[in-house]
Amino acid sequence: MDLFLHQALAGLATGSIYACLALAIVMIYAAINHLNFAQGEMAMFSTFIAWQLMQWGAPYLLAFVGAAAFSFVAGIAVERVLFRPIHKAPVLSHIVLFIALFAILNSLAGFIWDYNVKSFPTPFGSRSLFGNGLVSSHDAGMMGVAFTMLVLLYVFFRHTRIGLAMRAAAANPESARLAGVRVGRMISLGWGMAAAIGAVAGIMIAPVVFLDPNMMTSILVYGFAGAVVGGLTSPGGAVFGGLAVGIIENLAGTYIPYVGRELRLTIALFIIVAVLTAKPSGLFGRAIVTRV
Amino acid sequence: MNAVAYATAAAPSASAAQALLAVRDVRVRFGGIAALDGVSFDVKSGELLGLIGPNGAGKTTLFNCLSRLYAPVAGDILIEGRSILEIPPHRIVDIGISRTFQNLALFGSMSVLDNIRVGAHRRSRSNFLTDAVGLPGTRRRDAALTGAAWELVDYLDLRDVAMRAVSDLPFGLQKRVELARALAARPKLLLLDEPAGGLNHEEVDNLGRLIRTIRDERNVTVLLVEHHMNLVMSICDKVVVLDFGRKIAEGTPAQVRADRDVIAAYLGTAE
Repeated sequence: MDLFLHQALAGLATGSIYACLALAIVMIYAAINHLNFAQGEMAMFSTFIAWQLMQWGAPYLLAFVGAAAFSFVAGIAVERVLFRPIHKAPVLSHIVLFIALFAILNSLAGFIWDYNVKSFPTPFGSRSLFGNGLVSSHDAGMMGVAFTMLVLLYVFFRHTRIGLAMRAAAANPESARLAGVRVGRMISLGWGMAAAIGAVAGIMIAPVVFLDPNMMTSILVYGFAGAVVGGLTSPGGAVFGGLAVGIIENLAGTYIPYVGRELRLTIALFIIVAVLTAKPSGLFGRAIVTRV
Repeated sequence: MNAVAYATAAAPSASAAQALLAVRDVRVRFGGIAALDGVSFDVKSGELLGLIGPNGAGKTTLFNCLSRLYAPVAGDILIEGRSILEIPPHRIVDIGISRTFQNLALFGSMSVLDNIRVGAHRRSRSNFLTDAVGLPGTRRRDAALTGAAWELVDYLDLRDVAMRAVSDLPFGLQKRVELARALAARPKLLLLDEPAGGLNHEEVDNLGRLIRTIRDERNVTVLLVEHHMNLVMSICDKVVVLDFGRKIAEGTPAQVRADRDVIAAYLGTAE
């Protein structure tokens, strides 16, 4: 029973990172109706920025805030420069641009910081919490940071005027515009916030998976799985989906023979296929009904 | 006929000074079709004006020009003497125009209260930074926004459903939510696009009373597009009739009802 609880808790910890990434994906999806394949690479690049700041002697907290702020501005810049000009273009143009962004960020990070795996510090230490090495103090800290951020975002979207306007702009841009919402600005803001959320997720997961240009590839797949479980249109669903994927991944790795460590990623892909086959709108998403 | 012709001729010069809305020779073309072909009329402050006409007459097209969704190829639209054609769509609400839509354009997944709060969006200014930091001024403004929304929830009798997602509500209630959202901006000019569509008899009667009450209590000028002839004739001060993109009559409900061109447009001619 202890093993079960500890494994579930460890799954919840990585799940909180998947939840952050899933939320970032959903925020951009809600704003522009396309899946940002480069979300993981954006988070990776932000993590390198934090690492670089620390190499230059910045304290952890400053590097953390600096990387998040940089990502916020960079996210807005990416939307303005790359995606706004093509916002009416078909879905394939978007996919090509996302893949280009993916490749550019990946190679750029390799070019600037090389492909050697680097260790990344954690402010929470790495003591084992229950004596069996399953849950570390870093896991607990990571969970704390992720949950705090998710709660703040919840409050922001529920109770502030700008958060409300962002939701309105995503739900019905034409109508939001007539209510005086500056829809273009809200989309930019969504990109900035998604990039900053990715930065926090990257910085938190880096001590676990180590820092290199490919660190986010598999995590992005888990993030997608979380977003798909939640239904792609529901931020709350994305968070739930991310946490669920983290727990399922860990428990399956522990209890299903043959899965072990190697086949864990398969579970994420299996979840994506299963949800899209059985309930394409996800657990919390809305089926899209169009008047023809 | 004479009375109508007189009213049409006299309208621009006599009321230009106090007109809240002036539509001047507006033309809109879709491909080779003239959706609006030189339409002009005035709406005085506090007036309840009905815009009627057979299907395809250009009523909704005119509404879409007024809310800057379409741009006319010629003509001008003035609010209190100022042209709105240079104003970007998101600032239309600032000069006092709010509207509802024929097929509704609500934020479906959001609650009734949140929909109405978005309507009041421009009434309280803040920016992302002050919001994120949670400055006291911002919080006070957010509270004012919510207070204004609750006031309209009560005004339109939506308290029981205030926290429900809009898309779960029946059509008639959704229409009331959209009306509340439009009122939340405290408009000078309220554009109602077929508010009676899909409502039953009793609901239409109530709607008529409600529109008049709103006009009287909230100092709004109302421009109403409606197919429901009884509603238009019973509540409007003045009626403008469009047919194939042209204005064919303008006057009081009684004058318009007796107008030969109007009867011909609706029923066809005997020849």
